[in-house]
Amino acid sequence: QWPYCRKRCSYCNFNKYVVPAVDEAAVRACLVREARTLLHLSQVHSITSVFFGGGTPSLASPRTIGAVLEAVAGAAHLPASAEVTLEANPGSAGTPRLAGFREAGINRLSIGVQVREVLPRPVRRSSPCPPTATALPPQSLDDAELRLLGREHTAAEARGAVEAARGLFPGRTSIDLLFGLPGQSQDTWTRQLEAALGLCDDHVSLYQLTLERGTVLAAQVWGGALPVPPQDLLADMYQRARAMLVAAGFRHYEVSNFARKGALSTHNLSYWQAEQYIGVGPGAHGRFVPWGEGGRSREARVQTLEPDAWMREVQSHGHGTRRRVVLSPLEQLEEVLALGLRTDEGITHERWRQFSPHLSLEAVFGVPGEAKDLQQQGWLVLDCGGLRCSWEGLALLDSLLPDLLCQLQRC
Amino acid sequence: MALAGRTAAWWARLRSPCPAAAPLCLPPWLPAGPVACERLYSSRGKEKLDMLMYPVESIRNFSIIAHVDHGKSTLADRLLEITGTIAKTDRNKQVLDKLQVERERGITVKAQSASIFYNHEGVNYLLNLIDTPGHVDFSYEVSRSLSACQGVILVVDANEGIQAQTVANFYLAFEAQLAIIPVINKIDLKNADPERVEKQIEKLFDIPVEECVRISAKQGTNVEKVLQKVIEKIPPPQCNTADPLKALVFDSTFDHYRGVIANIALFGGEIEKGHKIVSAHTKKRYEVNEVGILTPNEQPTHKLFQKLAPYGSSGKKIRYAGQVGYLIAGMKEVTEAQIGDTLFLYKQPVEPLPGFKSAKPMVFAGMYPVDQTEYNNLKSALERLTLNDSSVTVHRDSSLALGAGWRLGFLGLLHMEVFNQRLEQEYNMSVILTAPTVPYKAILSSAKLIKEYGKAEITIINPAQFPDKLSVSEYLEPTVLGTIVTPHEYIGKIIALCQDRRAVQKDMLYIDERRVMLKYLFPLNEIVVDFYDALKSLSSGYASFDYEDAGYQAADLIKMDILLNGNPVEELSTIIHNDKAYATGKFLCERLKDAIPRQLFEIAIQAAIGKKIIARETLKAYRKNVVAKCYGGDITRRMKLLKRQAEGKKLMRKIGNVEVPRDAFIRVLKRQTDK
Repeated sequence: QWPYCRKRCSYCNFNKYVVPAVDEAAVRACLVREARTLLHLSQVHSITSVFFGGGTPSLASPRTIGAVLEAVAGAAHLPASAEVTLEANPGSAGTPRLAGFREAGINRLSIGVQVREVLPRPVRRSSPCPPTATALPPQSLDDAELRLLGREHTAAEARGAVEAARGLFPGRTSIDLLFGLPGQSQDTWTRQLEAALGLCDDHVSLYQLTLERGTVLAAQVWGGALPVPPQDLLADMYQRARAMLVAAGFRHYEVSNFARKGALSTHNLSYWQAEQYIGVGPGAHGRFVPWGEGGRSREARVQTLEPDAWMREVQSHGHGTRRRVVLSPLEQLEEVLALGLRTDEGITHERWRQFSPHLSLEAVFGVPGEAKDLQQQGWLVLDCGGLRCSWEGLALLDSLLPDLLCQLQRC
Repeated sequence: MALAGRTAAWWARLRSPCPAAAPLCLPPWLPAGPVACERLYSSRGKEKLDMLMYPVESIRNFSIIAHVDHGKSTLADRLLEITGTIAKTDRNKQVLDKLQVERERGITVKAQSASIFYNHEGVNYLLNLIDTPGHVDFSYEVSRSLSACQGVILVVDANEGIQAQTVANFYLAFEAQLAIIPVINKIDLKNADPERVEKQIEKLFDIPVEECVRISAKQGTNVEKVLQKVIEKIPPPQCNTADPLKALVFDSTFDHYRGVIANIALFGGEIEKGHKIVSAHTKKRYEVNEVGILTPNEQPTHKLFQKLAPYGSSGKKIRYAGQVGYLIAGMKEVTEAQIGDTLFLYKQPVEPLPGFKSAKPMVFAGMYPVDQTEYNNLKSALERLTLNDSSVTVHRDSSLALGAGWRLGFLGLLHMEVFNQRLEQEYNMSVILTAPTVPYKAILSSAKLIKEYGKAEITIINPAQFPDKLSVSEYLEPTVLGTIVTPHEYIGKIIALCQDRRAVQKDMLYIDERRVMLKYLFPLNEIVVDFYDALKSLSSGYASFDYEDAGYQAADLIKMDILLNGNPVEELSTIIHNDKAYATGKFLCERLKDAIPRQLFEIAIQAAIGKKIIARETLKAYRKNVVAKCYGGDITRRMKLLKRQAEGKKLMRKIGNVEVPRDAFIRVLKRQTDK
C-alpha cells in the first residue's frame, strides 16, 4: 500500500495523502520491515501474487518496489510465475519508469486511463516518488471528463501510457474504465468503449462512478451543481459495456472485471475466493491465520491509516497493525458468499466445503427459502458447479445478498 | 366554547348560596408580615407552613392566560422571583414547565400551580398561581384551571397584539365571570406599540384603555404592579369553613411512590390529614395522608387550626376553604381522581360541583409496537403515561398487518406529537403511529348493522370500521369554529386557504386598522394535520389560529385505500371527503414512491376507493444494484453494510411481496405536515 498521491482526484475517498515531500527511504524501510513481520506471522510458505496499490504507487521509485519484493522473497517462496502487479497513473508511467518497475520485478500493470492528469501543471512534485503498487486504472479517455474527475493527465497521455505499458507488459496490462460520470450519455459511453477496446490489452476493469462521502465530486452532485445519469441509464451503460466486451472476446469473470486469453487477475481473484492475504502499508487490510503467534482462526486485520503514525509503529513494533478481529465461522461464510457471488464461477461446492465442512451449499440454499425464490425468479443458479448469479442476477447482486445472508444466518 | 358555558353556569350556581358579605371562613387574624414571611420562605421544605396566616380574605386564586409566546411563562417566573418563591437566578426559565418536551418546545402542556406569599400594605397574602397550557389543543386544560380561579392575568404581546388564542382565552375567562387584568408585555421591544394593543383590547374586549398594565416580564418592569392589581381587582374566593367540606379536583398527577396527587380547590369547609373523604364520582372512601400547597413543588402544610400546634407536632395538616393545593389520599389510579370530581367528608355529603365532561378527543390514531415482542413494555409505558395525561383515551385495537396495539384519542395533533415524544423521551419507546383520523359518524340504514351496533348512529375512529355506503343513510363529520387573527395583507391568501379546506366564512372583523379577525366553520379533518403550519407559512408567521368544537355536519365521505401491487396498506387507509380523494390519493402515491426503495420487481402504488383506482404511481424494478469495487480494503465495510441490510430485512413490513421500511409510512404522513 503506497498511500501518497500527487493530488486529490475529485471522486476518490481512499486512504491517501498529498504531501510536499515523502521520506521515501523511511517509508521503504517500513514497508520492508512490516512485510517481513507479517509474513512471518502468517507462516505462509509460498506467495501467488503481489499487488502494489495506492494512493499512487507508481509515484514510488522502482527501488522501493524492488526492496519490498526482495523482502517478500526472503520471507517466503516467491515463484517466478507469481503475478506482481503495479497500479499506475498515466502521469507517472512513462516508458523509462515502467521499464524500471519491470526491472524491479513488476510483471503486470493496471492503468487508470481516465486517471490521466489533465494538465501538466507544475504540481508540487513529491520527492521522486517511486511507485509501490501495481495496477494501472484506465478511466476516461476524454479530456473534459478527466478534468471533471480532477485527474492530472490528458487523454493523449493516457493513450500513450497504455501503449507504453503494453509494449513492456504485453498481455499483462489492465485498464480501468469509469462510467456514470455527470453528463455522460449512452452515446458518449459507447464511443468511449469503442476507443478503449481499440486501445486495451487483455484485461479491463469497469467501474460505475460511486459518489463517496467527503469527495469534491459527491459534494457537487449532491449540492445539485452536477447531474448524474439516472439509475436506468446506468443500468443500460453497464449492459452495453458487458455486451461489447463479451463480443470482443472478453470473459466477464467478476462484477467489474473482464479478461480474455486467460488474463484474469490472480491477485484480485484471491479476494473474491476468500483466500488468505496480507496487507502491508498504511490502511492496508489483510485476512489470514496468524499461525506464527499461535493463532488458529482467520483474522481480519487493518494497518494504521495515517502514514506517520504507521511508520512510528512499524519502527517500534515491526508492524502497524491497528485492528485485528477474529472472524467467526459464520462471518467467514458470509464473506465467502458475498465475495464469491461476484465472480462468474460463483462459489464452488469445493470452496464452500473448505469453510463449511459440515453444512453443504445444498443444505443451506437448496432448501425452501430466499435462495429458492431467487432461483425461481431467475437471478440465481445452484447446480453441480456451485452457487452463482445468473447473467441478469449479477447486476443485481446487492439486492440478492441481504436475503441470502438472512437464510445463511438461520442455519 | 361549550366548556366555558358549563363553567360559567357552574360558577353562578356556586356563588348563589354564598352571600357576598357572609362571615368568611376565619376570623381575620393577620399575623405580622415580613418577618414571619421571611421565615416561611427560608424554612420551606423543612418545616410545615402555617396556613392560618392566610384567612380567605387574603387569598387570591388566579391564572395567567396568553397566546403562545406572549410571555406567560416569563411573567410566571418573575412573579415567583420577586415574591421570593424561587431564588432569583438567570436560570429561571419556564419554572412551571417541568416536562422535557415543554422546555424543548417552549410550550406548556401540563398545568402546574404555585402558591406565592406576598406582603402588600402590611398584609400577608397568599396568591395561588394556576398555570395554564398555551396551545389550542389544550384549551380543555385552560378551562379546568380557570375553574379554580377568581381572576386572570390576560397577557398580550405589545408587538404582536391580540391573537387568536388571546380571543379564545379571553372568552373562556369572561364567560366564567372572572376578573380580568389585561397586561401588555414586552414593552421593552423595539417595535412595541402598547397604545395600539390597548385600543385593540378596548375594541374587542370592552376593557378601558386605562386598565391595561404595561410591563416587561423579561426585564421585570412593572411586574410588582401586576401583583398589586391581582390583590386589588381579583376577589378572594367566597366560601365558608363552617360549611361542610366541598373540594373540586381540577387536576391530578401520578407519583410512583405516593400514588395519585390531586390538585384541589376548596369551595367550602376544611380538610386535614386523617380526614375520611368520599369521591362524589366513584363513591369511594379514602383517608387523607397529606395535604399541602404547591410552591411550585408540593409542600406539606401544618395543622394549626384555631388552637395552635407547635411545629412538627402531630404531622396533622390542614387546608382551609378558598385555598388551592394538593391532596394525597391513597388513590392508586388517576381515574380515581377524576378531573372535575367533588370530594366531601365521609357521612357529610354535599351537592357535587357541576364538574366537567371528560376531555373530548379530536384526533385518533393507531399505535403499535415496532416489534410485537415489545407489546407488554409499550403497554406499561402507555399506562404510566396516561396516568399523568388523562385526556388521552386508549382502546385496545389490533390489525392483521400491525399486530396488537391500541387506538388512541388525542386533543389535537400537537397533543399526539407531544404524547409520542414523551413516550420516546420518558419511556424510551418507539412506535408505529397510523395516519391520524377524526371521529366521524355514520347514521346506519341497514337493520342488520343497527342490530349489531345496538344503535343507528355510530362513531368511527378507525378507518377499518368504516361502514359501506350501502348500509348508511348519512355520514357526519366533526366541525370546529376557527378564529384567525391576521395582518390584513394576508387576508386574500388566507381566504383561499380556508376555501381549499372546505371552510365556510362566518365572520370578519377589523380589530384595528391593520388587523383582521376571521371566523370560519371548518371540517375538523381539514385542519387537524397541517392547517396551522400552512397558515403560519403563508402569513410569514403572523396569523394566529384557535378553534372550538362546533358539532357535526353531513359530509360525503369515503374510505380510501392505498395498495402496493394490489395489497392494501393498512396504516395508510383514510376516511376523506369525496372532493379531496383524487388529490390526496395522488399525493400519497407520490410520497410513497419516494419512501419505498426500489426492489427486484416493479411495484404499482395505487390509491383506491372500493375497487376503483383513482391514482397510480409505478416504482420501477432495480435493473442494476451492485457495488462496483470490492477488493481487499473494501470488504470489511461492505460486509458491515450488507449485514445491516440483512438485519433491516427482518424489520421490514411485508405487504404482499413488497418490502417496506418501517418508517416509510410515517415519513409519508409526516411530510404532509412538513409541507
